[in-house]
Amino acid sequence: MAFNYDKYLRVNKMPTLWCWGCGDGVILKATIRAIEKMGWDMKDVCIVSGIGCSGRFSSYIDCNTVHTTHGRTVAYATGIKLAKPHAHVIVVAGDGDGLAIGGNHTIHGCRRNIDLNFILINNFIYGLTNSQTSPTTPRGMWTVSQKNGNIDPTFDACQLAIGAGASFVARESMTDPKKLEKILVKGFSHKGFSFLDIFSNCHINLGRKNKMANAMENLAWIDNITLPLKKWEALSEEERLNIFPTGVLREVEQEEYCEMYAEIQKAAQGQRAKISQDDFEKKI
Amino acid sequence: MREVISTGNELAAKAAVEAGARFFGGYPITPSSEVMHESSDLLPKVGGVCIQMEDEIAGISAALGASMTGVKSYTATSGPGISLKAEQIGLGFIAEIPLVIINVMRGGPSTGLPTRVSQADIGQAQYPTHGDYASITLCAGSLTECYTQTVRAFNLAEKYMTPVFMLLDETIGHMHGKADLPDIEEIEASIVDREKFHGDPSDYKPYRAEMNKPAVLNPMFEGYKYHITGLHHGDEGFPTEDAEQCEFNIERLVGKINTVHLENGGLDDLPDYEEIDLDDADVCIIAYGSIALGAYEAVKKLRSEGIKAGLFRPIMLWPSPIKRLEELGKKFENRIMVTELNMGQYSKEIERVIKRNDFTTLLKANGRPIAPAEMVAKVKEMM
Repeated sequence: MAFNYDKYLRVNKMPTLWCWGCGDGVILKATIRAIEKMGWDMKDVCIVSGIGCSGRFSSYIDCNTVHTTHGRTVAYATGIKLAKPHAHVIVVAGDGDGLAIGGNHTIHGCRRNIDLNFILINNFIYGLTNSQTSPTTPRGMWTVSQKNGNIDPTFDACQLAIGAGASFVARESMTDPKKLEKILVKGFSHKGFSFLDIFSNCHINLGRKNKMANAMENLAWIDNITLPLKKWEALSEEERLNIFPTGVLREVEQEEYCEMYAEIQKAAQGQRAKISQDDFEKKI
Repeated sequence: MREVISTGNELAAKAAVEAGARFFGGYPITPSSEVMHESSDLLPKVGGVCIQMEDEIAGISAALGASMTGVKSYTATSGPGISLKAEQIGLGFIAEIPLVIINVMRGGPSTGLPTRVSQADIGQAQYPTHGDYASITLCAGSLTECYTQTVRAFNLAEKYMTPVFMLLDETIGHMHGKADLPDIEEIEASIVDREKFHGDPSDYKPYRAEMNKPAVLNPMFEGYKYHITGLHHGDEGFPTEDAEQCEFNIERLVGKINTVHLENGGLDDLPDYEEIDLDDADVCIIAYGSIALGAYEAVKKLRSEGIKAGLFRPIMLWPSPIKRLEELGKKFENRIMVTELNMGQYSKEIERVIKRNDFTTLLKANGRPIAPAEMVAKVKEMM
């Protein structure tokens, strides 16, 4: 039987505002399938999005949804999750949203290891506003704000998340929806900050001026710059250049922020001793 | 009555918790940090959360997020922090998220005078962010009011579904002394909680509000699934650019505060201002916040010298007490002296309301308070 997306969608908001052939729709569907796999009650699910094409993501799924300001998704979601730790909170942000204007919140969300599911829809460009350079735009590509070619180095979002301390870091592209669904389920199941760097296409505003004007060309380019982690590890340092490993890049058990805050509350209420350095394996 | 020895900042935090707040999100900044320090002690004791976020923007964002779940929330900062929080305050206005923003004012602009007193964020409190909306702003004129007006700020935020500014200034925030607080039973009886929709979830339209009425936003995770956005939105909270709807939205956001304030003579049953010795006065001093403490002394001194002075002290700065100011303008004509710690931000409002500019001002913007003797001398010059 075909999967019943309508159960989760705000059907009267269809069609989406996304361009024909946009990868965001694939990620939306994979997210819905992953939510179903998790068996979550939609009453307890919250989707927080920012600004840009990805910002509209929240409005399409029938649950508690918030379309916040540019870059502040993780901060809003932190308040929501801390206030209601039982909730399942999914954050959706674009590469500009999560890595440029909101970079600070992404870093500190990872560092706190608060149990948020952060989906970075990484399409390498500011799509909604017509092709400005984003932190992940490859060097040398044309953008409307760097018409002679982008000279800014490309951000490896997963390296940032690992460095900042996220306990689950994974990368996948929307070119393989099955794999994508699987990795989302893994991320959603993980307790702690799940950082999911999802490569998506924008053949309209990235591709058009960079020799991949139709969706298939853009998808082929994504496939060319990604390789499953195992295969990537077999590459030489030189061969790894310009190739991003996909799959789970980091998965560790680490203290989760809401659970630690519950200990703070217990200490404040005299139910336990105050938190000391002895409570932590990794102190510094 | 409860007698306590405390500071203005600590009393504001105590008030927040006793008003039912259970979430604080903030970032350290002088001279407001003690609000966070005290909150970090008080909130976890009652099952609440106090989180120091990575920056000012994150502080208010987390607080707004928490408020969306139905938890009364607040943040505290000073002028530079408000500048940083501005965009999120706008989301609070348009999406109608209750929040109390405590601003302990210091000298500006920019880094300005971090440890010194000022009242130069009055204008910022009226228009903290881009777009059209109306702000509710309270200003504490005593240690007791750091408590009572903060409780009021939470009640107004819930009643009108909007961010509310609670202004302290450095002097009153750091002032240490005795305060008489209402009994906790009295506070608890005064608590206002946001309205909830109890009908069938399929009938729920959070933003379907009549003109001049606030939205009814049920807490998240209670089965009423809806959308919150900073974009203009229709009844169900989904984005729209419909001209009629956008016009209605803005008129309602402004009207639910300004029109209601004007038509009902206030936003609640509490006084919007205090008057001292005004009935038989020949000259009217207008002062608010910590400067009013000096003005009480000035009135006494002037009266002891045979000059019949009185004091008008606004407590709710925005919306301003228009009707009473108009009456004072007619009664005292040019025998009004407005004194404030800025270059005339509230004087301009008084000029706008009483429609005359021939009254006297005593202004200071160098981080120092205004002494009663300076007020006395200025009034004598006027006479």
